[in-house]
Amino acid sequence: MPDGAPFAPQFASVQHRDETAEFGMWVFIATEVLLFGGLVLSYFVYRHAYPQAFMAASRHTDILIGTANTAILLTSSFLVACAVEALSMRAHTTSRALLIGAAILGLLFITLKGFEYADEYREHLIPGINFAFDGPLANGAELFFIFYFIATALHAVHMLVGIGLLGTFAARIGNAEESRIRTALHSAALYWHFVDVVWIFLFALIYLPGRSS
Amino acid sequence: MERWRPSTPLVASWLGLLALLALTVTLAYQPFGAFNAVAALGIGVIKALIVAAVFMELRHRGPRTLIFAAAGLFWLAILLWLGSMDFLTRT
Repeated sequence: MPDGAPFAPQFASVQHRDETAEFGMWVFIATEVLLFGGLVLSYFVYRHAYPQAFMAASRHTDILIGTANTAILLTSSFLVACAVEALSMRAHTTSRALLIGAAILGLLFITLKGFEYADEYREHLIPGINFAFDGPLANGAELFFIFYFIATALHAVHMLVGIGLLGTFAARIGNAEESRIRTALHSAALYWHFVDVVWIFLFALIYLPGRSS
Repeated sequence: MERWRPSTPLVASWLGLLALLALTVTLAYQPFGAFNAVAALGIGVIKALIVAAVFMELRHRGPRTLIFAAAGLFWLAILLWLGSMDFLTRT
């Protein structure tokens, strides 16, 4: 792209460029929906086959950390939505501060997840490494925890990518061409909100079942 | 230019999401039987819709963007529907 031009030659206007970026992001999110969708399908298949074991295994997850992390992630998403809004009002310093706050909440989420994994290691709940579950429900419970670790680890990788993105944008706001950074931040925000939505469903599937019995 | 305050829809959505989180955890401890799973996933869907409509700004977008956003859900529905049919109907 020539120096100073706000959009590349394949676009007719800034608006054209922005719309293309947003469509591209939604197509990428569709592929991500199917990536997590395959995992969720396997969850439902095995929950259907081992309903009691999935309830019993779910009761061994840490609802306190799970709920705290959900609140942390919802708040982080809120801060990113605010940062996008603030940037559109040209409040650069505020937008940067909001992104840094969202990234710190993301790191807090990862830290709590680490404590949770450590607890699960001590409680012999990690299939293949340290797993022991008393009673006839052990097979189904092991399947639950295989899903739990694959899904939450895959989600945590997405979190780390997102935290890197938020940090990058916090550093670049005010130092790059205004309309380009706004569009790029909008795409990054869509990604961060998607990671939030994935967690909303993982929370419902992992932490909530079997609490009342 | 630095005098910016978050808009009411953003704040209301955030508070609504936290309230729904409290509600879903509370409901999970009530002995509703099969309804527990329905409540957990139903509230999850409502939370996801709030995030998509307000935080992801879909409420301000036209049909073209909505079709792009819905495409993933369309393929997900096929995946879950055809994928689970065999297991749900097996005797």
